[in-house]
Amino acid sequence: MVNTVRAGKLPEEQIALNFSELHPPLDERQAAVEAGRCYFCYDAPCISACPTSIDIPLFIRQISSGTPEAAGLTILDSNILGGFCARVCPTESLCEEKCVREVAEGKPVEIGLLQRFATDRVMELEDHPYEREASGGRRIAVVGAGPAGLACAHRLAMKGHDVVIFEQRHKPGGLNEYGIAAYKTVNSFAEREIRWLLGIGGIKLHTDRPVRSVEDIARLRSNYDAVFLGFGLAGFNSLAADGRQLENVEYAVEFIEQVRQADDLSDVSVGNDVVVIGGGMTAIDAAVQSKLVGADNVTILYRGDRERMKASSYEQDLAAHRGVKIVANAQAVAFEGDERVQEVSVTRRSVAGREDCVVERMVADHVLLAIGQTLVEPPVNLATEHGKIAVQGAGRTSLDNIWAGGDCVAPGDDLTVTAVAQGRDAAEDIHASLCSR
Amino acid sequence: MNLASDFCGIKSPNPFWLASAPPTDKEYNVRRAFKAGWGGVVWKTLGLDPHIVNVNGPRYGAVWGADRQLIGLNNIELITDRPLATNLAEIKTVKRDYPDRAVVVSLMVPCEECAWTDILGQIEDTEADGVELNFGCPHGMSERGMGSAVGQVPEYIEMVTRWVRNATRMPVIVKLTPNITDIRYPARAACQGGAHAVSLINTLSSITSVDLDDFCPEPAIDGKGTHGGYCGPAVKPIALNMVAEIARDAKTTDLPISGIGGITTWRDAVEFMTLGAQNVQVCTAVMTFGFKIIDEMTAGMSSWMNSKGFTSLDEFIGRAVGNVTDWQYLNLNFVTKARINQDLCIKCGRCFAACEDTSHQAISMSADRVFDVIDEECVACNLCVNVCPVDDCITMERITPGQIDLRTGAVVPDGYGNWTQHPNNPMANPAA
Ligand SMILES: Cc1cc2nc3c(=O)[nH]c(=O)nc-3n(C[C@H](O)[C@H](O)[C@H](O)COP(=O)(O)OP(=O)(O)OC[C@H]3O[C@@H](n4cnc5c(N)ncnc54)[C@H](O)[C@@H]3O)c2cc1C
Ligand SMILES: Cc1cc2nc3c(=O)[nH]c(=O)nc-3n(C[C@H](O)[C@H](O)[C@H](O)COP(=O)(O)O)c2cc1C
Ligand code: SF4
Repeated sequence: MVNTVRAGKLPEEQIALNFSELHPPLDERQAAVEAGRCYFCYDAPCISACPTSIDIPLFIRQISSGTPEAAGLTILDSNILGGFCARVCPTESLCEEKCVREVAEGKPVEIGLLQRFATDRVMELEDHPYEREASGGRRIAVVGAGPAGLACAHRLAMKGHDVVIFEQRHKPGGLNEYGIAAYKTVNSFAEREIRWLLGIGGIKLHTDRPVRSVEDIARLRSNYDAVFLGFGLAGFNSLAADGRQLENVEYAVEFIEQVRQADDLSDVSVGNDVVVIGGGMTAIDAAVQSKLVGADNVTILYRGDRERMKASSYEQDLAAHRGVKIVANAQAVAFEGDERVQEVSVTRRSVAGREDCVVERMVADHVLLAIGQTLVEPPVNLATEHGKIAVQGAGRTSLDNIWAGGDCVAPGDDLTVTAVAQGRDAAEDIHASLCSR
Repeated sequence: MNLASDFCGIKSPNPFWLASAPPTDKEYNVRRAFKAGWGGVVWKTLGLDPHIVNVNGPRYGAVWGADRQLIGLNNIELITDRPLATNLAEIKTVKRDYPDRAVVVSLMVPCEECAWTDILGQIEDTEADGVELNFGCPHGMSERGMGSAVGQVPEYIEMVTRWVRNATRMPVIVKLTPNITDIRYPARAACQGGAHAVSLINTLSSITSVDLDDFCPEPAIDGKGTHGGYCGPAVKPIALNMVAEIARDAKTTDLPISGIGGITTWRDAVEFMTLGAQNVQVCTAVMTFGFKIIDEMTAGMSSWMNSKGFTSLDEFIGRAVGNVTDWQYLNLNFVTKARINQDLCIKCGRCFAACEDTSHQAISMSADRVFDVIDEECVACNLCVNVCPVDDCITMERITPGQIDLRTGAVVPDGYGNWTQHPNNPMANPAA
């Protein structure tokens, strides 16, 4: 039988159109009008809803008063990846959910788009806007160049320390570069932002440099004054289902990575009937992007009730809008096929936990598993909690002079913005503790 | 960025003060303001005991934009309604705790020398940085011969200012009312009386609206209303002009000015300062948004200064004064024409309605709604620019000297030529 998972299912122009930016940027006039909608609330609820606590009313007022660069700095002071977050944050369940105009009218101020407007202006400036304080003379090793590691490195560099980042992959950025949906961050924004961030100086970035062994870590601990671990979740949950080894059953994250790294999106292979298993942002992104590269039918199978899906209803609507079918209370139990997957056996219930299950077979030539990532056990003996690194306060692990942040720490909400907040706060804590020594 | 300000000897870390009004009515508010970062305050106007009383119904009327943005605010509040001793004690403790901020005390007592001498002694005890004489309040107090009743008579301003100068060594700021015909006369009077500075504007007499069921002006107090004082963004253009008039008056050029009236953003403040104000005072904007707007103001001013290469306030204070002139000196050889950018035009036809109905019939309209400027008719008034809903769609383009102005058929002369030299002016001085 021929392999129906292949590239080139759609004409190039169609693919380009499909992957155009999800939310196009505001022009100056639109930004002014939108900024005018902000009430400059007292003790504004949007600020507490932002994991990095950006002073949102202030930056919007700065847009209104014609100083978008000052607005951008207000954002970047709290969140150095404010540009990226403006594009990828699920604002519908963060700042914009708490906007008083969302609560009152169901129409929040478009905080994310305004944030993008302002940060874009700063990034257009010639110079990096932050200066380093006089060198504190300390050296800090950061493992992982994802948002947590980058935010930590930048803040430490600002405080005058010298930072060395060790990243196992060929490109920095972590999931910013390899994971987040392509239509949320077009035109190599992740790459440009990192170049801009490194503009502060004092950060040495080593790529293709995994920190894997016990010796690696020991070396870092003895050669540096502190170590920050921001290595995200590089492992995958396993699915107990027969036929898992069949060809064309793969991890959603790997599929997404192919999409993100493709020089030409029409080179990405996809099946005709794609089944995605999972209920979070990864499932949605994998489903939508497989549709956009040319799959005929895309179905998400989620084992629980629809309301319990981790993907927000906004994300679910987005998927539905692109023609993705979401089936809740459906559990894949086996993959059938000779060499390649051809069908999925699914048990379906009317309500999660009920006994009334029926078994169905669904046609599927491409299965994407999005059932969660896990921590690859770090080569150092750290206390853990729910399978992630346990931390206290601002990222302090159970070992002296090792801090951690981002997806790899418990409890974690798997958001870029949370990783940024944790990296930043750990940096402040590292700085304070090194200075007090 | 260094925003340090020195206003006739009164130092503050930035030029942003709160105007005498409810935001500066008591210690609690002023402490919050200083914590937020305001550079100084002018304490809510003090008077003699027994203290006055306010109405017990609404004090404010307002004018709003479509999304309820506050455009203008009208109030019928009087001066402080708390005992003098309470205010004095609070002023003293706040000033003690905030030695780096400006604390100026606003005063309004009857037009008798002893009343002023007496209260000034008590103010000096608080160690406040200076006094501001409230000759501006246009409602209530003016019925009692104070406030704008004094500010509308230059002779009174001069007399009271002199009494105050004789009675105190503190810097004396005279706060002017805009409810007069020519602001230069009261400013000159303050100067004559020895004032160290003037501040302006206080509020404009106004009625904001009428209830069409009760046939009563707002705010209604048991079926009756009275005019109040208008302030907020709506009054800024009036205040800007008055500040500029004083700044360029030869008789008051060296008189420091504290600019007040509708200042809402850093930009408003900078505009006042380029027209000669050395610092600014804010009231309605904080009453609308709270003290936190100071962050936008200081950051905005700093980033603007940075973009211009300025490192201190002095480098831009008064920078626009020299460019404010009399009409008669405007260059009549500066000839422009409106230009409509067809790519940006959305074909609403507002420019056509404005020009065709109310101006010079200088815009043509085709059957398919293409709008074009007729150079033979365009007088360059720029009304079309101002009514066009699209940014930069209509712009004014200068006709270079040597070319023909199609409206007059004459060659646009090179160089400068004004009304004082124009042949149509019977008083023209052709030699000039
Ligand atoms: C498909 C997908 C879509 C998502 N969409 C969104 C979204 O729209 N919005 C949102 O807010 N969040 C989204 N997230 C979550 C978000 O991407 C993560 O929360 C965030 O990237 C976590 O940052 P991090 O720095 O902790 O980890 P990562 O981004 O995973 O970065 C970790 C880095 O460490 C490196 N590393 C790992 N181990 C080692 C080692 N041993 N030695 C050296 N380097 C190592 C990795 O190569 C990687 O570069 C999404 C996640 C996925 C998977
Ligand atoms: C409610 C209210 C009370 C005021 N009371 C005083 C006062 O007691 N003394 C005074 O000098 N000015 C008073 N003012 C005028 C303000 O100080 C200021 O001059 C005026 O409001 C213009 O500034 P703005 O447009 O920033 O509000 C008052 C204004 C308001 C709104
Ligand atoms: S602002 Fe409202 S609550 Fe406060 S005193 Fe005035 S009327 Fe009362």
